[in-house]
Amino acid sequence: MSSAQSEIQNPQLERVAEALPVFFIKPEQGLISLGLRELWEYRELLYFLVWRDIKVRYKQTVLGAAWAVIQPVFMMVVFSLFFGRLARVPSDGIPYPIFVYCALLPWQLFAHALTESSNSLVANERLITKVYFPRLLVPVSSILGGLVDFVIAFVILLLMMAWYGVRPTWAIAALPGFILLAMASALGVGLWLSALNVRYRDVRYTIGFLIQFWLLTTPVAYPSSLIPGRWRALYGLNPMAGVVEGFRWALLGKSEGPDALLTVSVVVVILILIGGLYYFRRMEAEFADVV
Amino acid sequence: MSSDVAIRCEGLSKRYRIGQQERYKALRDVIADTAAAPFRRLRSIVRSGNSANGNGSEIRNPQSASRNSHIWALDDVSFEVKRGEVVGIIGRNGAGKSTLLKILSRITKPTKGSAEIHGRVGSLLEVGTGFHPELTGRENIYLNGAILGMRKAEIDRQFDEIVAFAEVERFVDTPVKRYSSGMHVRLAFAVAAHLQPEILLVDEVLSVGDAAFQRKCLNKMQDAGHHGRTVLFVSHDMSSITRLCERALLVFDGRLVNDGPAHAVVKAYLDANVGMAASYEWKDEARAPGNEVVRLRRARVCTDDGKPAESFDIRLPFKIEVTYEVLKPGRILIPNYHFNNSSGLCLFAVQDTVSEWRYRPREVGEYTSTAQIPGNFLAEGRHIIDLVISSHVPSSTVHLCERNALAFQIVDSQEGDSARGDFTGQMPGVVRPIVKWVTEPVDLSSAARNRID
Repeated sequence: MSSAQSEIQNPQLERVAEALPVFFIKPEQGLISLGLRELWEYRELLYFLVWRDIKVRYKQTVLGAAWAVIQPVFMMVVFSLFFGRLARVPSDGIPYPIFVYCALLPWQLFAHALTESSNSLVANERLITKVYFPRLLVPVSSILGGLVDFVIAFVILLLMMAWYGVRPTWAIAALPGFILLAMASALGVGLWLSALNVRYRDVRYTIGFLIQFWLLTTPVAYPSSLIPGRWRALYGLNPMAGVVEGFRWALLGKSEGPDALLTVSVVVVILILIGGLYYFRRMEAEFADVV
Repeated sequence: MSSDVAIRCEGLSKRYRIGQQERYKALRDVIADTAAAPFRRLRSIVRSGNSANGNGSEIRNPQSASRNSHIWALDDVSFEVKRGEVVGIIGRNGAGKSTLLKILSRITKPTKGSAEIHGRVGSLLEVGTGFHPELTGRENIYLNGAILGMRKAEIDRQFDEIVAFAEVERFVDTPVKRYSSGMHVRLAFAVAAHLQPEILLVDEVLSVGDAAFQRKCLNKMQDAGHHGRTVLFVSHDMSSITRLCERALLVFDGRLVNDGPAHAVVKAYLDANVGMAASYEWKDEARAPGNEVVRLRRARVCTDDGKPAESFDIRLPFKIEVTYEVLKPGRILIPNYHFNNSSGLCLFAVQDTVSEWRYRPREVGEYTSTAQIPGNFLAEGRHIIDLVISSHVPSSTVHLCERNALAFQIVDSQEGDSARGDFTGQMPGVVRPIVKWVTEPVDLSSAARNRID
């Protein structure tokens, strides 16, 4: 009776009421869901955050997007000179400059993504304490911004391939998979570090060290074929080893295809990522109180 | 019917740790704490050596106990808001108003209790959240809109209206770092004012911006209420609460103590002793009013010889004593106290113009600034003091402004020697000075002579 009455009074309002989303606010308890569906609902904000990072990065710089090229190219020159020419590090029969540049690309993408995502929550403190949105957007968006640099630097690689006469094979189709793997590695570790960084600001000091250390244990300047065969799978515990080897295989086609090393890398990344997601979600409730 | 409920809170509570002024920790501190703990314990065992066979609680460091103590920023708050209601939330600083908004906007989780929210929530806890100085006005409108929860299509549709509302048409493609502060605030407000969620949560954001633009925003928000939108609105400005809201909630020490028609709750807040007293101490440093330069510690109204009191004889002088901590040296600080009566009218403000610190930069430390208010000056009734500490050099800066910090009562005497004399009726006016009176006949002798003639 009463509902019929109100329907007569204001049918439109009544219909709106049915469609309204309902949110429940409760203390966090029990198993946490990852909230991936909500993440999808906020995809426009994700887009704007990435767009902001990209726009802001090259404002007020003289060289602008050239920076995306300068860094890996200079690294390549230095590596080629010292490791390739002077130390005569082997490069699986591939010309050393393209051998190292091909590895520097995913490495830079990874290193940039890791640094940015680890600092992302602290850097976006104002947003976190004043507006609600799924906090996962912050590290995720900080990682995606690096893709633009990657694409620009990739053009140089294509030019180098033409110069050295490297003909890509069908394996190039697997490249997006390796890019994804590099980003997932960075995100997985970045989730842990960003959440820890909110609590303990020491984390930011460890990141520079961590990246240096990681670079040395990744086959960027040297081929993974230097690793004795029985240790190869173990070497895959460093997911970037799998990524770098994958890049060389997909683009330069010289080394052998995916093997146990890559399998181990993929498994490791999945574990770190899932662990990172859950850890992040568990810490999320107190970000706004602590940051 | 349950479908016209917009917000329902049941027993919402939020606990914070006291002394979170240094909110994040360095791992170094954790390690140092952990490493020092055995020594601390050892020391306290040695110290309490005579009663060494005593229980464990004696051994525990008292400091660590106080460090782990908590305060309830929000304590068992329950209420319901119907769709389309515009509700004001009032209470002194640190009462829990902002915590309540933060929980309802899902920025932080409650420790206990629950809330149910029907509809999309837009929260406006700060103006211009996410504005980036390097981006242009146009870019910031999109960014800020997206952050506040607007869809891109929604922003597209309202873009021109937002720009016109902010009156920045000519500068829409200029980076906002080149905007004047007024333009900056207007643009930020304009985006926020075009937010169209079913529920709008607004924290004290209207305190910035010029008066004319404030009015424009208030009108826009009122429109929001009339379109069936629910608005929860925190403010210290009682007149905007009574003008905008039909209902108000009064929060005191984390508890909801009054809920009713806005004018009644505001009157109760200003009249009664709820949330305001003649003395107050900000126990939790992290939440004390202030900035990185200076922070309030305690304040009180007392008799001329320093006795605490809530009400004062109209004939006698009394004092306002404010103790604050200077955190950064080198600034000239000017404490000023603003006196309001219970209808919210500002009667006057006093500032330190004479003490030796008037032209002397402060050193770090605690200071007490006392203002003596003369007797036979204020009218009887309730008075409310806003405490402000500001600097004039290098630029005019308000370091802290604690509205409604103290309240006290002035009581008139019936002994005939106050300004009212033996008159017992109601005296008009907000001040009650004793002035010098002379009454004498005007040339009595000639007037008398005229009458005789």
